Amino acid sequence: MSVAAAFFYLFAFVLVGSAVMVISSRNPVQSVLFLILAFVNAAALFLLIGAEFLALILVVVYVGAVAVLFLFVVMMLDVDFVELRQGFLQYLPIGLLVGIIFLAELVLVVGAWATGPGISAAVSAAAAPAGSDVSNVKAIAQVLYTDYIYFFQAAGFVLLVAMIGAIVLTLRHKANVKRQNISAQVARTPEAAMKVVKVRPGQGL
Amino acid sequence: MSWQDTLLQVLIILGQSLALLVALLIFIAFILLADRKIWAAVQLRRGPNVVGPFGLLQSFADLLKFVLKEPTVPAGANKVLFLLAPLVTCVLALAAWAVVPIADGWVIADINVGVLYIFAISSLGVYGIIMGGWASNSKYPFLAALRSAAQMVSYEVSIGFVIITVLMCAGSLNLSAIVEAQNGRFGFLNWYFLPLLPMFVIFFVSALAETNRPPFDLVEAESELVAGFMTEYGSTPYLLFMLGEYVAIMTMCAMGTILFLGGWLSPLPFAPFTWVPGLVWFVIKLCFMFFLFAMAKAMVPRYRYDQLMRLGWKVFLPISLIAVVVVAGVLHFTGNAPQ
Repeated sequence: MSVAAAFFYLFAFVLVGSAVMVISSRNPVQSVLFLILAFVNAAALFLLIGAEFLALILVVVYVGAVAVLFLFVVMMLDVDFVELRQGFLQYLPIGLLVGIIFLAELVLVVGAWATGPGISAAVSAAAAPAGSDVSNVKAIAQVLYTDYIYFFQAAGFVLLVAMIGAIVLTLRHKANVKRQNISAQVARTPEAAMKVVKVRPGQGL
Repeated sequence: MSWQDTLLQVLIILGQSLALLVALLIFIAFILLADRKIWAAVQLRRGPNVVGPFGLLQSFADLLKFVLKEPTVPAGANKVLFLLAPLVTCVLALAAWAVVPIADGWVIADINVGVLYIFAISSLGVYGIIMGGWASNSKYPFLAALRSAAQMVSYEVSIGFVIITVLMCAGSLNLSAIVEAQNGRFGFLNWYFLPLLPMFVIFFVSALAETNRPPFDLVEAESELVAGFMTEYGSTPYLLFMLGEYVAIMTMCAMGTILFLGGWLSPLPFAPFTWVPGLVWFVIKLCFMFFLFAMAKAMVPRYRYDQLMRLGWKVFLPISLIAVVVVAGVLHFTGNAPQ
């Protein structure tokens, strides 16, 4: 067994194990931390197949930003764990049903992928990999900014609209809230803000 | 390749990593002392001056003191996370040095996406703080954890855009290639700090915020939060937090050196200066960057939290976004874009 295979099995087992712990852990904060461990291991698997750009983008975006905000929210929740577990049996049938449907879909998709006629030929024809001298980043940029530029821009617009929507939904101007006026603060001079007074001893102002 | 060759390679990499770590930790012991000495000098004090000549061995005495103390875990704390948090901080900070080229070819892992690797690792640094703050089961550490999450995520964005402007000039994500791209006939005038001076300033200030250094040390603001996320920590776990913090600061100094100050390159590209080994230039530049960090700590009053957020999102983010567009436009239309 080569070193790469040994590392693959290590990362894969930790990934699956932490994914199981995400749903079986009692504490939501621990669940999020196991989710982060799963992300990091997925990034390591990307590294093993030579997709170093994808691996590091996964770490930067998901682990470095998204999961931090996730953890941020979960930490502030005041969750009663005993109460949380009481409805478990009640929700079990629906959960099982959804799980089985999802599993069946996955099996069907993966099975069709392996056996479908002409698919393997199409895949091997379409995926003409860039030469090994071209780095990962360059290879992605060459297709992302040429062939798929419109999709790339459209994805950017969708995210922009989502962001503006979130801001519009949560922004409220209350009438009696005092706000900082930064330009007024910066424009203040010592002459306007201070008065120097000479106080004689025993007399006061 | 036989298994003996593989084993030998693994042993060589292990030896190199160990050598780098030991050198780095000893360097940081003296950097810590320098930080306290500079701070003291600005305030007309003498600083640590008892242990060893000029207090040179102060950091080692501190190390002994922390290691010999009893580690305590507060009642009601999440024990595993409480002890894991300082380890995460320290290990992640040290891991970033795997890709830092300290001289020409002197790098443990010369990977293609070195910049991205350091960026990813430094963005993970926030986890040590969040985990430590939450696991302490105490109010002040928790408030500090919330502050740090917001602060570090905010300033990562502007650091990312600053890095992108440098990448566009250098045309590579490999740290060694970025240094080589700054090599030219005019010595230090070729380095990126000159054409990208506003970006260098934004990078420096964001690095202060990213590493929780004063004037942005709101995560551990002693006048508001006792000692922030470290309030419940003592002995070795506290030592690991401090160590991780200083290693992260050195990583940011190394990033500044490589991206803007020409890494191991000599400032004057002719005979007597090019004889000096690249490592020496790198360390000199590292010390210069750290001196800036230390002076900022000594001279600048602490920011208010809303001012910090305003600076990150309303000042640095728009400026760096516009700079990305401007730099890309200039490179494209003057024909200087790297192929």
